[in-house]
Amino acid sequence: MAFKGKAHTFGDDIDTDAIIPARYLVSTDPKELAKHLMEDADPEFPQKVRAGDIIVARKNFGCGSSREHAPIAIKGAGVSCVIAKSYARIFYRNSFNMGLPIFESDEAAEKIEQGDKLEVDMDSGLIKNLTKGEEYQASAIPPFMQDLIKTGGLMAAVKKKIGA
Amino acid sequence: MEMTITEKILASHAGAEQVKPGELVNCKVDIALANDITAPISVKEFNRVGAKKVFDKERVVLVMDHFAPAKDIASANQIKVVRDFAKDQGIINFWADGRMGVEHAILPEQGLVGPGDLVIGADSHTCTYGALGAFAAGVGSNDLAAAMITGEAWYKVPETILFELKGKPGKWISGKDIILNIIGKIGVDGALYKSMEYKGDAIEHLSMDDRFTIANMAVEAGAKNGIFHPDGKTREYVEGRFKREAKYYESDVDAKYCERIEVNVGELEPQVAFPHLPSNVKGISEVGDIMVDQVVVGSCTNGRYSDLETVANLIKGKKMASNIRLIVIPATPAIQREAMSNGLIDIFMDAGAVVSTPTCGPCLGGYMGILADGEKALTTTNRNFVGRMGSRKSEIYLASPAVAAATAITGKISSPEEVA
Repeated sequence: MAFKGKAHTFGDDIDTDAIIPARYLVSTDPKELAKHLMEDADPEFPQKVRAGDIIVARKNFGCGSSREHAPIAIKGAGVSCVIAKSYARIFYRNSFNMGLPIFESDEAAEKIEQGDKLEVDMDSGLIKNLTKGEEYQASAIPPFMQDLIKTGGLMAAVKKKIGA
Repeated sequence: MEMTITEKILASHAGAEQVKPGELVNCKVDIALANDITAPISVKEFNRVGAKKVFDKERVVLVMDHFAPAKDIASANQIKVVRDFAKDQGIINFWADGRMGVEHAILPEQGLVGPGDLVIGADSHTCTYGALGAFAAGVGSNDLAAAMITGEAWYKVPETILFELKGKPGKWISGKDIILNIIGKIGVDGALYKSMEYKGDAIEHLSMDDRFTIANMAVEAGAKNGIFHPDGKTREYVEGRFKREAKYYESDVDAKYCERIEVNVGELEPQVAFPHLPSNVKGISEVGDIMVDQVVVGSCTNGRYSDLETVANLIKGKKMASNIRLIVIPATPAIQREAMSNGLIDIFMDAGAVVSTPTCGPCLGGYMGILADGEKALTTTNRNFVGRMGSRKSEIYLASPAVAAATAITGKISSPEEVA
């Protein structure tokens, strides 16, 4: 499976308040939350983002609060995946639990520029920059996380376990 | 066995003799916690997978503190979802309304968490309970839903950084100054995925409230958990309070650490984190003249009794500067009552402060003190991200209750020395 989309670039330490400000946490609806995605980092972002687009950030993406509304809003806006140098741990865990594909690559995070067209292979983690004609390899997804994705996320695994 | 306190608690809850960093373990949880923002998603997932019952109705704790008492219709509806769920499930630990306190203040205070516990919480500041010698880490709502159903959670055993706190803290140095100094040194991802463990001769001088503050902000350095070794003060705190049997763990002398960092707390001056990251820290002597509009004392970081007492002692008989709004939010009803009985609330009101009932409120820009465009706040809370407390054009400075009190009096960010 491959994702194709336009890159939207961000800097270091993008926190979950920037991804989805707390003032909007009175809803859990993906479409409603998506209307305010990244608003405090870039107020124009909700208007600019298109289905399939890819968020590219530097280190420690998703730091701060545990709010799952952050990956929900990203998915709700139709963003296909996120590429960053590193992720805050709760955001990392939430993304896998919710089935939001996220990739780690220093090279991709440094070389990709705003508006570059990208193609990301889900299984191999190979990131192609179609605008620049470059390729970057993301770190392999740990086997445990791969199993979680194959089962359909954490709650699917729980459902299987309780036999409901 | 060469294990740290964190590894020992994870091993005991995984039914293993020994665990090592990097290993994945499935652990039984002692307490599963969620709040009015995170629980509604957990409840939705609970129902979606067709779960019938929570694993233990005494060990699921739901605290309605973020946007409560309900700030608007949407938050009222969210609270109602959780209230109905708690009623259906017969959950005893549903903390709301007149019983409600900020979750990470009320759980230790009411003896719901204690030494040796493994606590999972759908709130990033769940790491606060590490002050008691517990393993406590924040997660999202799906992880919490899974734990509510199965009573279990998976963890990757973290590597541990050992922080050796040395010396005797000066008169105005609190837990907040120590943790801000550490975050300033290592950065907001300085302990990413890791455990922050505290040892050293300075710790005997730190109150439980100071330790809660230090453990609370572990997440601000990216850590999985922050943890103290239980000592006499811990035992004194939990005795007669903690409802279950406390288990006192300590790291082995030959435990393995990925890094050791020494902090001489005897040399610290009050610390201030500048916008827009908790790691953007300066000593009070390097701050310069910064006028602020609002001072907030409260939150799971610094809304405990000793925090309020520090502020009251400094502002007693004084008026706030004319440019300042001071908002004081006791973190729990018990703290509020004690502050009332001991005359603290009178001191705050005489100085012209707003005194609120317990809530997270302004800390996350919920309500009860939202910042306008261009405004600046000095606050005892934990995060100063862009827009955290209101307008994305506002600025937040983080500091201790003593600096907050001094700032309220002078109108600009000030050392408590200036007003004492």
